[in-house]
Amino acid sequence: MRRFGRWLLDGVAILVLGYLFLPIFVIVLYSFNRPAGKFNFVWKAFSLEAWRNPFAYEALYESMKLSLRVAALSTLVATVFGTLIALALTRYRFRGSSAVNLLLVLPLTTPEVVLGSSLLSLFLDLNTRTGFSTIVIAHIMFSVSYVALTVRARIRGFDWTLEEAAMDLGATPLRVFFKVTLPIILPGIVAAAMLAFALSLDDFIITLFNAGNRVTYPLYVYGTRRAAFPPQINVLATAILVMSLLALGATVLWQQRTLRQRGMSVTPLA
Amino acid sequence: MAGTASGGSRGSRLAPYLLVAPGILWLLVFFVAPIITLAQTSVSGLEGPWWETYQRALGNYGTHFFRSFRYALGATLFALALGYPLAYFIAFRAGRLKNLLLGLVVLPFFTTFLVRTFAWKTILNDGGPAVWLLQQLHILAPGGRLLDTTIAVVGGLTYNFLPFMILPIYVSLEKIDRRLVEAAEDLYSTPLGAFRKVVLPLSLPGVFAGSLLTFIPATGDFINAQLLGSPNQQMIGTVIQNQFLEVRDYPLAASLSFVLMAVITIGVLAYARVLGTEELA
Repeated sequence: MRRFGRWLLDGVAILVLGYLFLPIFVIVLYSFNRPAGKFNFVWKAFSLEAWRNPFAYEALYESMKLSLRVAALSTLVATVFGTLIALALTRYRFRGSSAVNLLLVLPLTTPEVVLGSSLLSLFLDLNTRTGFSTIVIAHIMFSVSYVALTVRARIRGFDWTLEEAAMDLGATPLRVFFKVTLPIILPGIVAAAMLAFALSLDDFIITLFNAGNRVTYPLYVYGTRRAAFPPQINVLATAILVMSLLALGATVLWQQRTLRQRGMSVTPLA
Repeated sequence: MAGTASGGSRGSRLAPYLLVAPGILWLLVFFVAPIITLAQTSVSGLEGPWWETYQRALGNYGTHFFRSFRYALGATLFALALGYPLAYFIAFRAGRLKNLLLGLVVLPFFTTFLVRTFAWKTILNDGGPAVWLLQQLHILAPGGRLLDTTIAVVGGLTYNFLPFMILPIYVSLEKIDRRLVEAAEDLYSTPLGAFRKVVLPLSLPGVFAGSLLTFIPATGDFINAQLLGSPNQQMIGTVIQNQFLEVRDYPLAASLSFVLMAVITIGVLAYARVLGTEELA
């Protein structure tokens, strides 16, 4: 009976993992398809054509460039803003901190369609033309919460007395920050920045409301449902997947290394 | 916390406020203020009483609201049924593979949301593999379809928000002290009894958090309904988007959006009162 239960659980878990990967398999597979018509939805023949000319579609290429620029800019700003909030919440006890917490959680519990449409009504009200800057503004808005909560979770419970020790030993506040605080919180910040970057690159709903006539990568993909769905979309999706995988692997290795190093350098202090 | 001591007397009372200022200002201007504008827009340009637009919104699109909540509820239940066993497996049975499996759960979501949903369109297409298989098994009648059905839309919603269910459940399962389960078994509890009396109650915070994080985005989503469903499966998000960007009836669009937000926020605040916001983060 017990063995049957375990066997059943393992089976279900493997099936669910399969469910998670089924569309990914399809995306990668269809990047090697030579579709019969304009829509890459039915398998026809194996081809490396799309991989040889990943940027054959000018508009797709341009949309990717725009998305990367938006993601880079919004990640930079949101990471700074979010990290500062996380530091305040973990280092200090202050009046209003629970209001700050609530304000961080609320954007995550508001449907994207509401976030996007309300921001648009603000821009309409102010007679602001929507375009590049309004996309970046929107992306910073939804990324700040994710960054702040991720960094806070990663640095909570850290022993802040190390900073005092450094100060007692005569380090200036600036030196303490760069030599003690920053190395400690950096892995959390990098994880949060990666999350913000991925969210920005992927965001569709909020962007749709605030993009004006600019076309980001997800908006380009959305537009293809009427005109054409070339396999190049699958090629870029696969490339993003592989690059995320590499970035993920690299950070894990780097974090393990810094943890090991810290283990050695921190112990003598204690 | 030790943090209160550091910084001493030199203006450290102001320090936390200076640190939160830029980010919080951004949220006040581009999150809170827009919601207020949304409310104002929804009651603008009226001749009659302020609820006129709301009456029109609920009268015309009440069915879309109910459909959205129904689909989101269905997706949440499916995600729970699929996500809990996987989270349990990773937390208790995966051993050294734990981190790898967690990575695998998140990995599919590094491809664009829209491309993933288009992939489901490929899978569920007429004449596609899923339809063929189900017809061979006589589950689906000849000529039956998967695309443009409620099943496709709810399935797509389940898929796209599944990690939001798995991760919080995993976190709450991971925190459980294994000795509690051993203790229950030492006291002659069956494995199922130990699960029901020990593991399940302790994992409930994760289940609640995961359910909210699945339900909320699923309610507002319109991509799955647009790509995998027919007009009969249209959700409230499509209506809001259409009214805002195509029809440009801003008061009506704003009132729809505001109702959606109000219903969900009331639910979330009630939840936060009972269980605290910690689990959501």
